Amino acid sequence: MLAIFATSSKSCAKGIERVMKILVPVKRVVDANVKIRVKPDHSGVDLANVKMTMNPFDEISVEEAIRFKEAGKAKEVVVVSIGPGKSEETLRSALAMGADRAILIETEEQLEPLAVAKILKGIASTEKPDLIIVGKQAIDDDCNQTGQMLSALLGWAQATFASKIEVEADRAKITREVDGGLQTVELRLPAVVTSDLRLNEPRYASLPSIMKAKKKPIEKKTSAEFGIDISPRLTILKTEEPESRKAGVRVQSTVELLDKLKSEARVI
Amino acid sequence: MAILLLAEHDGVALSEQTARATSAAQKIGGDIHVLVAGGGVSGIAGAAAKLAGVAKVLMADDPSLKNQLSEPLAVLMISLAGNYDTIIAPATATAKSVMPRVAALLDVAQVSEIIEVVSSDTFKRPIYAGNAIQTVQTRDAKRVLTVRAASFPAAEFTNSAPVEIVAAPADPGLSTFVSAALATNIGRPDLTAAKIVVSGGRALGSAEKFKDVILPVAEKLGAAVGASRAAVDSGYAPNDWQVGQTGKIVAPDLYIACGISGAIQHLAGMKDSKIIVAINKDPDAPIFQVADYGLVADLFEVLPEFADALP
Ligand SMILES: Cc1cc2nc3c(=O)[nH]c(=O)nc-3n(C[C@H](O)[C@H](O)[C@H](O)COP(=O)(O)OP(=O)(O)OC[C@H]3O[C@@H](n4cnc5c(N)ncnc54)[C@H](O)[C@@H]3O)c2cc1C
Repeated sequence: MLAIFATSSKSCAKGIERVMKILVPVKRVVDANVKIRVKPDHSGVDLANVKMTMNPFDEISVEEAIRFKEAGKAKEVVVVSIGPGKSEETLRSALAMGADRAILIETEEQLEPLAVAKILKGIASTEKPDLIIVGKQAIDDDCNQTGQMLSALLGWAQATFASKIEVEADRAKITREVDGGLQTVELRLPAVVTSDLRLNEPRYASLPSIMKAKKKPIEKKTSAEFGIDISPRLTILKTEEPESRKAGVRVQSTVELLDKLKSEARVI
Repeated sequence: MAILLLAEHDGVALSEQTARATSAAQKIGGDIHVLVAGGGVSGIAGAAAKLAGVAKVLMADDPSLKNQLSEPLAVLMISLAGNYDTIIAPATATAKSVMPRVAALLDVAQVSEIIEVVSSDTFKRPIYAGNAIQTVQTRDAKRVLTVRAASFPAAEFTNSAPVEIVAAPADPGLSTFVSAALATNIGRPDLTAAKIVVSGGRALGSAEKFKDVILPVAEKLGAAVGASRAAVDSGYAPNDWQVGQTGKIVAPDLYIACGISGAIQHLAGMKDSKIIVAINKDPDAPIFQVADYGLVADLFEVLPEFADALP
């Protein structure tokens, strides 16, 4: 497989073209359109009967990996989810998008990013991917940590907030969305890249690919198999509603708006 | 023990967000040492030394740190970490990239984007795009924290702390800087520090109209310019203008949302503004639920009138 790609590739003059194995972690989260509610006893967020989907940033990561495969730059896309049994649905969606196989590490505990990164490190050590594409944040806990932690634990290069990924031989060129605009960096592979919104627009899985995905393998493991300490480091003392804003007044014209901003709000 | 605070800067000037993170660090308590890492940063270190409450500035001035890539920056911070029980930084793109690396290498949790210091080990932070606020306590020996700058006042520049030079460890050489396309906001205040923000959404329809309609109002008000994700995705505005859950978090005195519907992900980035104005054609747009002043109108009529009426 590798030899075929290497000889057919234009860039073989620069060395052996790398045909990557890509690992993509995916998380099952509350759908982005759901307005969540805090439990009245402040013990957490009420997730009963709430629509769940794949974290949008993970969807972008899966899409990117599949595009590399379609372009002949990846030979295999492996997706992995660490979470409750129902994460199998999330993995099936990734398989329906085009991932080749899946790994589910079933746990009913809410794992913190550090624990997730440690398990992913364990998976990376057996799977030996060339590239791991991680969503930049999960839209439930909004932590924005897992990819960076994983990269640190592996001692690999990292590029966060990617809006473009190009791979040539053993290097990846990443365009990143940073506070002042865009920054381009080059990473030595293997590496961890975290995806931002504008990396791509994920596809919708077609019906035939959804059917096909049902037959793709999902390997099940438990967190205990990794022999690492995944106990929480943080204690959640309470979860509250944010202070709510009340709607103010409607103004009828630009003149009235300007007047209110000057004489009532005194902000201009 | 002491607090190590990673300064945010762009290689030219110290960011105001560093001053805000300093006041969060003051609430935690302990000697605050500000780390200024970069290439040619003595001026920035000098500015950091003026921050009220800072005991000293550590300056790591080395070409390998010039672009503040996460891998060498993390190695530097780990080389210093032994002396500190709290490592803190404003939640900027640089810090968001490096701090989890530092936390993982120290084998501790990170608490991201704190909005309140309850005590030295207990913090409030938003989850679910700010639709819930969690109070968390860390059990780790070292605390790694990022600070949502908009939630803290800026420390004043009244000090003259000593500046100490620290050596940069060898660059692990995992990544290299290629290029940057920065500074789309020349002549305008920084989005996260501005007193007034004028933001445009999908309704603007094109980059030209965004420029023609939003910028004159922003210029007259001395305001920063923001945008919704839809406006950025469509190419009407650059990525660094995006406000929201996955963009910048702002809390100016005045936020003017023009042709923005008010999706939860957008509200997450601006709902702590003091005064919110919404200009939208649709009387049922959710943005009106958080607006102090709402004007149901066509922004293409309102904004030119608004700009004309301003001095
Ligand atoms: C994971 C994830 C992360 C996201 N992160 C962000 C984020 O950080 N920031 C963000 O903004 N969004 C974010 N979004 C997207 C968000 O859900 C919305 O899609 C987006 O904010 C909509 O942008 P908009 O309000 O400009 O567009 P629309 O929702 O299309 O609203 C356009 C508005 O303009 C009004 N309008 C049209 N013409 C006129 C006119 N002539 N005059 C006046 N009003 C007019 C319409 O009535 C409408 O209300 C995210 C989404 C996801 C899934």
